[in-house]
Amino acid sequence: MTMAITVHNATKSFYNKLVLNKLSLEIPKGEIFGLLGPSGCGKTTLIKLIIGMLKRDEGDITVLTYNIPDQRLLPNIGYMAQSDALYTDLTGEQNLDFFARLYKLPKKERKARIQYVAGVVELEDVLQKRIAEYSGGMMRRLSLAIALIHDPEVLILDEPTVGIDPVLKRSIWRELERLKREDGKTIVITTHVMDEAERCEQTALLRNGHIIATGSPDKLKEKYEATRFEEVFLRAGGEN
Amino acid sequence: MRINALIIRIIRQMRRDKRTLALLFLAPLLVLTLMYLIFDSSEAEPTITITGDSTQLTEQLEQAEFDVTSVEQFSTEEMKEKNEHAWLNVDKQKMELTLLNDDPTQAKKIQMQLGNMLATEKNGPGISANYVYGDKDTKIFDTFSPMLIGFFVFFFVFLIAGISLLKERTSGTLERLMATPIKRYEIIAGYLVGFGIFAFIQTIIIVFYSIYVLDIVHIGSIWLVILTNILIALVALSLGTLLSSFAASEFQMMQFIPLVIVPQIFFTGIFPMEGMAGWLQSLGKVMPLFYASDALKGVMYKGFTFQEIAFDLLILLLFAALFIVLNIVALRKYRSF
Ligand SMILES: Nc1ncnc2c1ncn2[C@@H]1O[C@H](COP(=O)(O)OP(=O)(O)O)[C@@H](O)[C@H]1O
Ligand SMILES: [Mg+2]
Repeated sequence: MTMAITVHNATKSFYNKLVLNKLSLEIPKGEIFGLLGPSGCGKTTLIKLIIGMLKRDEGDITVLTYNIPDQRLLPNIGYMAQSDALYTDLTGEQNLDFFARLYKLPKKERKARIQYVAGVVELEDVLQKRIAEYSGGMMRRLSLAIALIHDPEVLILDEPTVGIDPVLKRSIWRELERLKREDGKTIVITTHVMDEAERCEQTALLRNGHIIATGSPDKLKEKYEATRFEEVFLRAGGEN
Repeated sequence: MRINALIIRIIRQMRRDKRTLALLFLAPLLVLTLMYLIFDSSEAEPTITITGDSTQLTEQLEQAEFDVTSVEQFSTEEMKEKNEHAWLNVDKQKMELTLLNDDPTQAKKIQMQLGNMLATEKNGPGISANYVYGDKDTKIFDTFSPMLIGFFVFFFVFLIAGISLLKERTSGTLERLMATPIKRYEIIAGYLVGFGIFAFIQTIIIVFYSIYVLDIVHIGSIWLVILTNILIALVALSLGTLLSSFAASEFQMMQFIPLVIVPQIFFTGIFPMEGMAGWLQSLGKVMPLFYASDALKGVMYKGFTFQEIAFDLLILLLFAALFIVLNIVALRKYRSF
């Protein structure tokens, strides 16, 4: 199996606080990979190291064929931040247009992609509205649309479904699965909601700066003799 | 092209933000007008008394809208008593001008007008004067209005560019940009050009308003005035965006005003530098507004040419270059390219 992302002994601390401690992880190409862990365990930090938005203290990270940090990687990455980073005084379309231009999409393609990604997240009707008028869920969806705008090979989504209603959540998951199946995208998502973990093909459990367990949801449940994924997490973490 | 993306975005954001546009374009005009009115409020017809051979001069002065009186004998005591603005004693060889100078603005004006008038007739330009009150170094609006123009360009551009980049930092969009292929220098360039466009429009408005509506003295080239102000705007832009990386909120950005902006005012020529202690003078020389005012005053008040203000402009350019480089370095906090 070829790897999309390889992390080797990555260490990161903020001031005196060690967040990631010699963490190693392999994420295969063409799969939906779930990075799980409680709030504050360092999921976002790990993702930022992988993209190269944040400098690591030690270790090696390779994404596709690039040693991070490498600017050539960035056109291949679609990133959705945990907190929506949108220009609230602009409309949804203007936000999408801005990011499309940053990826140097030609004018025609830009228009087509904006329509397409807006359709994926069901925002076509409110594209002309300013973000200030958007609800929290609409902003999440627009952030996801921005991550998709340049049709990247690897999608890295930080808690993508927080604040999104169950119906839309299901349609977003369907779309992610379709992107993986038909376009062969690699999709990394983080979540602290355990039922989402079961939709991933591979998962890694992050705790205390390490990956404490990896594998498919079924394998992990088997290994820890759990019926629900939550139990896996508790047992792997050594709590009963 | 990525720089373009940023420029287009900034223009779109600014066009929606009518209040900021008003602050940028109208507030300076309002304050300038107010200051102009305050400093120029005693704009009565200047009164002048002439002693000695005066027939020809009287006519000329009346045409220039002076209130002229001709008498045989006059004295400074009588001047004080009557509140006469000026006394011109015409002798065969020389003229002797005495100014009441209770209102420096007017005294300076009278002296300038007389100087111009007499220069066309007699030999040397200008005319020296004795002062009843104060002396010739008394500052007037005309001498520091050029600096005011520069100051407003600096102040408003500094504030608006700084707060905009700050908003980009606090809202997380700047960090979000780090996940796109945009390079650090492209971000700074986009900001400089995007806001530069608005700063340019502001500069044009302020300069034209000051010169053509407020009628502030300008002897030199208006293009030099605009060029100088564009450089001032560039310094303000780059300094504002740089300092925004040391502020965590808009309120903290405001705290830079008494720290960074106000001290510069003291070195712009409102207060004479010659009288300051040596170390204080050196302090003034690290302040961009010192050079800005020097250049503006030079062009507008003294009619300097490009050559004569080239040094000031060069220093401003160096300040801008330094701040731009520091801006790009400050973004290293996010990533290395
Ligand atoms: N910029 C930062 N400065 C200081 N501490 C940080 C910073 N970013 C994250 N942390 C700390 O690192 C830890 C991990 O944070 P994060 O990666 O956001 O966790 P998660 O995404 O799993 O919730 C937290 O304890 C957080 O307080
Ligand atoms: Mg997080």
